[in-house]
Amino acid sequence: MAAKKIYPTPMLDVLEEGPWPSFITGIKALRDNHENQFIADVTSSLLGQLEHSYETRKGYWKGGTVSVFGYGGGVIPRFSEVADAFPESKEFHTIRVQPTPGNYYTTDMLNKLGDSWEKNGSGLQTFHGQTGNIMFIGTTTDGTQKFFDDINDYGWDMGGAGPCVRTAMSCVGAARCEMSNCNEHGIQRWLVNNFTDDVHRPALPYKFKFKISGCPNDCQNAIERADFAVIGTWRDDIRVDEAEIKNYVEAKGRQYIIDNVITRCPTQALALNDDDTIAIDNRNCVRCMHCINVMPKALRPGTDKGVTVLIGGKRTLKIGDLMGTVVVPFKKLETRDDYEELVELAEEIIDFWAENGLEHERCGEMIERIGLVNFLEGIDVEVDPNMVSSTRQSSYVRMDGWDDEAIKWFERKAEA
Amino acid sequence: MAMADMRPPIESGCPDGFQYMHPTMRRNFGLWKYHTDPKPGVLRHVAESGEEIFTVKCGTQRILDIFSLRELTSIGDEFADGFVRFTIRSNIEYYVTDESKIDPLIEALESKGYVVGGTKNSVAAMSHTQGWLHCDIPGTDASGVVKSMMDELIGEFKSWNMPNRVHITTSCCQINCGGQGDIAINIQHTKPPKIDHAQVSNVCERPSVVARCPVAAIRPAMVDGKPSLEVDEKKCICCGACFPPCPPMMINDAEHSKLAVWVGGNHSNARGKPTFQKLVASAIPNNPPRWPEAGAIVKLILKCYKEDARDWERVGEWVERIGWPRFFELTGLPFTKYHIDNWRGARASLNASTHIRF
Repeated sequence: MAAKKIYPTPMLDVLEEGPWPSFITGIKALRDNHENQFIADVTSSLLGQLEHSYETRKGYWKGGTVSVFGYGGGVIPRFSEVADAFPESKEFHTIRVQPTPGNYYTTDMLNKLGDSWEKNGSGLQTFHGQTGNIMFIGTTTDGTQKFFDDINDYGWDMGGAGPCVRTAMSCVGAARCEMSNCNEHGIQRWLVNNFTDDVHRPALPYKFKFKISGCPNDCQNAIERADFAVIGTWRDDIRVDEAEIKNYVEAKGRQYIIDNVITRCPTQALALNDDDTIAIDNRNCVRCMHCINVMPKALRPGTDKGVTVLIGGKRTLKIGDLMGTVVVPFKKLETRDDYEELVELAEEIIDFWAENGLEHERCGEMIERIGLVNFLEGIDVEVDPNMVSSTRQSSYVRMDGWDDEAIKWFERKAEA
Repeated sequence: MAMADMRPPIESGCPDGFQYMHPTMRRNFGLWKYHTDPKPGVLRHVAESGEEIFTVKCGTQRILDIFSLRELTSIGDEFADGFVRFTIRSNIEYYVTDESKIDPLIEALESKGYVVGGTKNSVAAMSHTQGWLHCDIPGTDASGVVKSMMDELIGEFKSWNMPNRVHITTSCCQINCGGQGDIAINIQHTKPPKIDHAQVSNVCERPSVVARCPVAAIRPAMVDGKPSLEVDEKKCICCGACFPPCPPMMINDAEHSKLAVWVGGNHSNARGKPTFQKLVASAIPNNPPRWPEAGAIVKLILKCYKEDARDWERVGEWVERIGWPRFFELTGLPFTKYHIDNWRGARASLNASTHIRF
């Protein structure tokens, strides 16, 4: 069955050429071959509007208010501003659905989700949007509720949209990566599922994102993008398989190992001995991962594993891009109590930010406005030299509490 | 329908991933020992137990129609073990434990037009945003830009010819949802918003729009007897932050919304600390359907990087080593006053030393 009306798409047609898979070819297939008349018509109209955007170099979607019963967020409402010309895609809402940590699926489950969407929506989906949601793109207000009721019955829940705790993301993790230092799956679900109310009912100053990477390679971009970044790391020595070091030297040559491993260590903690064994100054290793990345058969993270937590990463709006800042240099995550403490830290931070953040101010922006120390006092976390790249460079600060602070430092050291 | 008849949601949140995980992954969770790279697009992971799992990584069009999704799942059933995941860059990964399944799987994917690659020192699939297809504030498209560029970079996706991996991103507005990339192609508005004064008081909460401006260039004003907003065009940085909360602040412009290219964003802690991307080129036409001018600059930068960078250097590290003057010399791109930062923290980006290459 074909769409009742076909709109000409000369510019989009160009995007069917070339070797990379074409999204235009896919949308046209729905328009021309899908037996569901709604899908054929809505995708035809979508192509018409997109062609219009390509011609005029403007977007024509506007937001609005659409939700499902019981929730305040999770739907991205889209109403067309050019519905007179392209009426079949007048309403074209996206539903954000939380994936599993690490985005694992069986093919059966993907088919099942696809079937549900085919019954209630446009047949277009994305795995995944930049926040990490499965994006089911394009349905009516009525279809939104039906689709959600359907998938919610078999275990899927909506993600966040608006000023709320957002859908979280994890890397491939311990399920298939030898670099992993933590249970990313457990961390993500402990954290974000503690805040389901804050996911579904936007009431915070702005968005709040959790992202988890199993090692400092940070494949999830957590430090750059997450308000609450959890990065797996280790405290003890890098594990070395000397026989494999020798194999690398033999295969690649000494020069290669010196140029690409030894001298690339950011803290000069590596040396290649004359007998082709490796010397590692583990006290000065900053866990950057480079040597392990180059020689994964010979070097491995240690066994005293845990996580570093960094707070306040975000994209450009409004004060410019911010990286997260170390707030917890190292935390073991082994027992139930350990996980509960991590959740409590997240609660403290979100509560403090909800209380003190300005409207539309990300957590990192608030920290910049009030200063890291005020933030730390607000969430009851002690200062630590791992939180800074360098100490203060300006003398313009009142320091008459110095002696008390110094006593606190020695007391904390004595307790540790 | 009466409220009482409505179905209350089950607030199950983030689902458990273990139920969808390959049994070999479940058995060896946290017990992987090392990996090797048999060929582009294929990873082999070996566990302490001696068990192995192979990953075949496959690029997609990201905006998946149901026919394509079913094609990908049926390939997963017939040629792989029925367990998959999607990467952060919208590749689909298939898992098999039997090495002899790899080649038929790759053949099946490629025969349907999918592309296997994106591992190790390749140009990875571009991460992208919604664009004109579905966003409410975009200055450009995303899917079309990505399709156009990947058509040209497909050879680099399928091979290991780069000094290190290259992540390319796009963003359709200056909020930069595409994130940080070794190379980023982002919208850059060049003129202040045009204001639809008739609409402002109908659709905008004016104090929030005023508060949203990063440089305090917006103030309430009466225009033609109606409450509206005005922009101090000398202060305006054309960022578009006022547009999402107030669509009458029309920032998108067919001619003046340009593209800019940035380099050196890197999320990894490997070698150096994570870095943000830096501006290299702007005033590039936003030119659908193929954006050839932006594509040419990306390819130029990739060519210089490939020829000049050392093994394992990411784009940003390469520029850091050779210095910005040499970057502009090698690429032939112009260095302008717009490359010198005057925003927060700008001083940290100035050269306060005699470290100069001659």
